[in-house]
Amino acid sequence: MDGNRTTAAGQSSKKLTHHTLEKKMNRWGWGFVALGIVLISIFVFFPMVGALVMSFQTGKGINMHFGGLANYRRLFHDQTVGKALGNTFIYLIIQVPIMLVLALIISVLLNDKSLKGRTFFRVAIFMPCITSLVSYSLIMKSIFSNDGLFNQMLVHLGLSPIMWTTDAFWAKVLIILSITWRWTGYNMIFYLSGMQNIEPSIYEAAEIDGANFMQKLNYMTIPLLKPIILFTTITSTIGTLQLFDEVQNITQGGPANGTITISQYIYNLCFKYTPNFGYASAVAFIVVVLIMLLSMVQMKLGGKENQ
Amino acid sequence: MKKKNIPLSILKYFFLIVLSFLSIFPFFWMIVSATNNAREVNVGKLTFGPHLAENLGNLFHSDLSFGISLGNSAMIAAVTTVLALLLSSVAGYGFEIFHSKARDRVFNILLLSMMMPFCALMIPLYRMFSMAGRAGLRGIGLNTMFSVIAPYICTAFLIFFFRQNTKSFPKDILEAARMDGLNEPGVFIHMYMPVMRPTYAAGAIITFMTSWNNYLWPLVALQEPQKRTVPLILSAMGSSYTPNYGMIMAGIVIATLPTGFLFFVMQKQFVAGIIGSVK
Repeated sequence: MDGNRTTAAGQSSKKLTHHTLEKKMNRWGWGFVALGIVLISIFVFFPMVGALVMSFQTGKGINMHFGGLANYRRLFHDQTVGKALGNTFIYLIIQVPIMLVLALIISVLLNDKSLKGRTFFRVAIFMPCITSLVSYSLIMKSIFSNDGLFNQMLVHLGLSPIMWTTDAFWAKVLIILSITWRWTGYNMIFYLSGMQNIEPSIYEAAEIDGANFMQKLNYMTIPLLKPIILFTTITSTIGTLQLFDEVQNITQGGPANGTITISQYIYNLCFKYTPNFGYASAVAFIVVVLIMLLSMVQMKLGGKENQ
Repeated sequence: MKKKNIPLSILKYFFLIVLSFLSIFPFFWMIVSATNNAREVNVGKLTFGPHLAENLGNLFHSDLSFGISLGNSAMIAAVTTVLALLLSSVAGYGFEIFHSKARDRVFNILLLSMMMPFCALMIPLYRMFSMAGRAGLRGIGLNTMFSVIAPYICTAFLIFFFRQNTKSFPKDILEAARMDGLNEPGVFIHMYMPVMRPTYAAGAIITFMTSWNNYLWPLVALQEPQKRTVPLILSAMGSSYTPNYGMIMAGIVIATLPTGFLFFVMQKQFVAGIIGSVK
């Protein structure tokens, strides 16, 4: 009897201490994450709400009042918004696939252990990532200036020079070339690390079954890399939708808004022209909506093919 | 078993050599141009010249005060890195070690902040800091170091990065440390931080580099010339009507030295910092 009672008492006190321990741990848990939650709320979530509210306000500078949907209505008649959206989509549709496919091809080549000079190739192709966006933009601008290095080469070869920064078409080509130079190695690193996680034995098994290079790529490497390909697609899309530094420093949006991006237009609306924060916020919400839509589409597509 | 396809293999090497050349050439161009004068850079001179000292002199004596901007950038990047690593690792540790359903839900909401475009955030942030400045809180208004650093001292990206890396952390030693009577902050400082040194190194590199190279927010927040950072000065030099590219390239070489140094000395951590969050 006595023995039984002590065990029961012991059990209930154990339960009690376990309970208080859990409570204590829970409190510590919130303690550790609290500051992070507060800071991200102050510097991201709170401003996001602020931008949404502002997008319904009109007025110059700090004198703003409720204007209903006026800003959003104005979007539809704004030709610069149309241009900026068009340019951004051109960058998105042309540059992102070129860069990701190129990064994938390089990764497949560099993942071959019998390749000589792998380390050199990897380091060389990754190197553009150490430059700042402003620095590399200015390097590109100097190489492709109207009488700069690249055009000198064309002239030497008997070709006519290309007006990289004053022709709207070539200016866009220059932006696309530049971004591809800077970010291909960056994406390559993700693919290479993903490929290292693939068991070599499954390739060996496939080789025994007579699979050739393309078959291994199509039916093994790419499906196994799908989550990483999805990740790089989403980050590149988000990055392109926010493109600013390159365009600002290479072409400043010109010629005649021929390369302008949405971020740049927002910047101009706030800090170059008479500040119109309300309208700029409405323009910014185009980017918010686009990022959400495109990310959802990409996740849907990526998810579906996975099954 | 394996057949060697010689033309294909030549093509493969040719492709990689061309790409490597294209990747490295702009670095060569930047270094060569730093030793040439503006006119020579403009006509595409590809050999080293004697103008490096002259370019550096112009750079540091121009009225755009490149020297001051170097100090500003170094200070901002250093403070941002220390604070961001500390605050984000504490949160990442908290979310992983004390994980609960409620906290996991909050974590997922925090991750959403990574999708918020900066062009939407910068307007309210600009107004927030300008209001703080006008309200008499001089030290935290626009044109202060605080205003450039504050939005970056705790990011969902870094919290996620630390949480991912904490998953492989040996949790038994935490239990052992608690048994020995260490309290929770003590466990974090004495057990977790030393073990996670490689993660801190990788996080430090990526944070330092992001801050050192940051352009848009400093451009908005810092409008007094003496407060500007290196990318702002370089950009201002580049946007003049006739840019002096010899001088600018000298500036770009200096601006690239810290990140280049980090890359070549700590390549492993450098790459780990970039891919760290998608394991």
